[in-house]
Amino acid sequence: MHLSVTGVSKTFGHGSKAKLVLEDINLDLDSGEFVALVGSSGSGKSTVMRLVAGLERPSTGSITVDGKPVRGPGSDRGMVFQKYSLYPWLSAAENVAFGMTLQGRAKREVSERTAYFLEVVGLSDAGRRLPRELSGGMQQRVAIARALAADPKVLLLDEPFGALDLQIRESMQEFLYQLWERTGLTALLITHDVEEALLLAQRVHIMAPRPGRIIRTVSAQLDRTSLAHLRVSRPFLELREELAGCLRSLDAGVMA
Amino acid sequence: MAGGSALLRWLAHPWSLGLIGILAVLLFWQLIAASGLVDKLFLPSPEAVWRAGSDQYSRGILIRDLLASVGRVGAGFALSALVSLPIGIAMGCSRVICQLLEPLMGLIRYMPAPAFIPLLIIYFGLGEEPKILLIFIGTVFFNTLMIMDSVKFVPSELRETALTLGGRGFQIVTRVVMPFIAPQVIDAYRINMASAWNLVIVAELVAANEGLGKRISLAQRFLRTDEIFVGLIVIGLIGLAIDLGFRLLMRRACSWAN
Repeated sequence: MHLSVTGVSKTFGHGSKAKLVLEDINLDLDSGEFVALVGSSGSGKSTVMRLVAGLERPSTGSITVDGKPVRGPGSDRGMVFQKYSLYPWLSAAENVAFGMTLQGRAKREVSERTAYFLEVVGLSDAGRRLPRELSGGMQQRVAIARALAADPKVLLLDEPFGALDLQIRESMQEFLYQLWERTGLTALLITHDVEEALLLAQRVHIMAPRPGRIIRTVSAQLDRTSLAHLRVSRPFLELREELAGCLRSLDAGVMA
Repeated sequence: MAGGSALLRWLAHPWSLGLIGILAVLLFWQLIAASGLVDKLFLPSPEAVWRAGSDQYSRGILIRDLLASVGRVGAGFALSALVSLPIGIAMGCSRVICQLLEPLMGLIRYMPAPAFIPLLIIYFGLGEEPKILLIFIGTVFFNTLMIMDSVKFVPSELRETALTLGGRGFQIVTRVVMPFIAPQVIDAYRINMASAWNLVIVAELVAANEGLGKRISLAQRFLRTDEIFVGLIVIGLIGLAIDLGFRLLMRRACSWAN
């Protein structure tokens, strides 16, 4: 799998009200890679995600998956939203099965894969519960299981832990990292949190606002045997401080 | 003390105060009627109303009237529900269809349905059709617009998630939109059912051989206020039963929304 975003810009509105929200975005993603896009609000990072998902069309440039241009949303690019994306009338297991039933897969395959992916996210015992009976962290794990069960080539994560408490965020980051290690999934993560990006991704793109553009790309080859240790290790903290400072100066308008 | 707390617990039941309210009105009515302050011809006693009711029941009139009115409401409203559901969903999902139909519906909605009676009688005579169609006309626009509104509140994340899971056009409607709006649709039907009951009585006052409304207008001709009271109370009770039925349906079918 190779995802390629080449020279993409996006303008909303027409004529005098036209607003350029993304300018010349370029990024690549290969099978098994975990890449993060970091930026403050208004940097257009969510728009990049929506363009890759096919929920919006780029104004210029091209987005391709394995050389084929993206023309709309499809199950090869699974998406996890920040919140409110579980179907409240379906149980956790039915939510996980949802994409597979849309695709018309055989009943037996659906129930086997549902059980498997509920286990992968550690929720085998919660399959019959309704979303409102699950905590925020559990809901996001169901959303991730649902996206994975539909067998995407790449998983698009749009601030997946943005609505969670700090402590739950940390355990969810741990969970997602282990999931990536175990299943070898390919993921594009959107976040405003530099720490989250550095913990999880091997490559981090920093975005600047107005118009949204990538101003810096960092390769984060860090020792991730223990995320708890990584969080307090010197190279990690130095890199985090450097990137956080970069984002701060953007917000202060120094570089904008 | 034990007796006091039992009473308190009974009062805490959500229906207790409502029951007390109804009993208080019945008691007040009985007191006024017994005092002789008001002519019996104008205000029959609760007992006289009960007697008139059981007399109608034993002669089979009450059931016949009831079935006639319920049948008209059922047919007219079922037609309205069936037509409004697909149109309301289509208007909610498609901007083109919405812009095409909304001004038209907004206009017709404000034409009082009873004003259509003369036209309906000219078109369809005095049979069942004009009564059923009156109920249809009087409720279909409200049902449609309320369903359309509920579709607009489907969170975009729910639609977009389905799209990224491989869902296509019609699946979004049947698997996402319809389950999501089910509680609001049931509620719209429950609210507009009240208009259907108003309209069937109006239609029967104008022209009918049987029905609860017809019975009331006959009773007026013979100054039988006790029978008018019977009719009003029966209509109220059926309305309440239908309302409770819809609430029960909502609780059973959409437990996730409570």
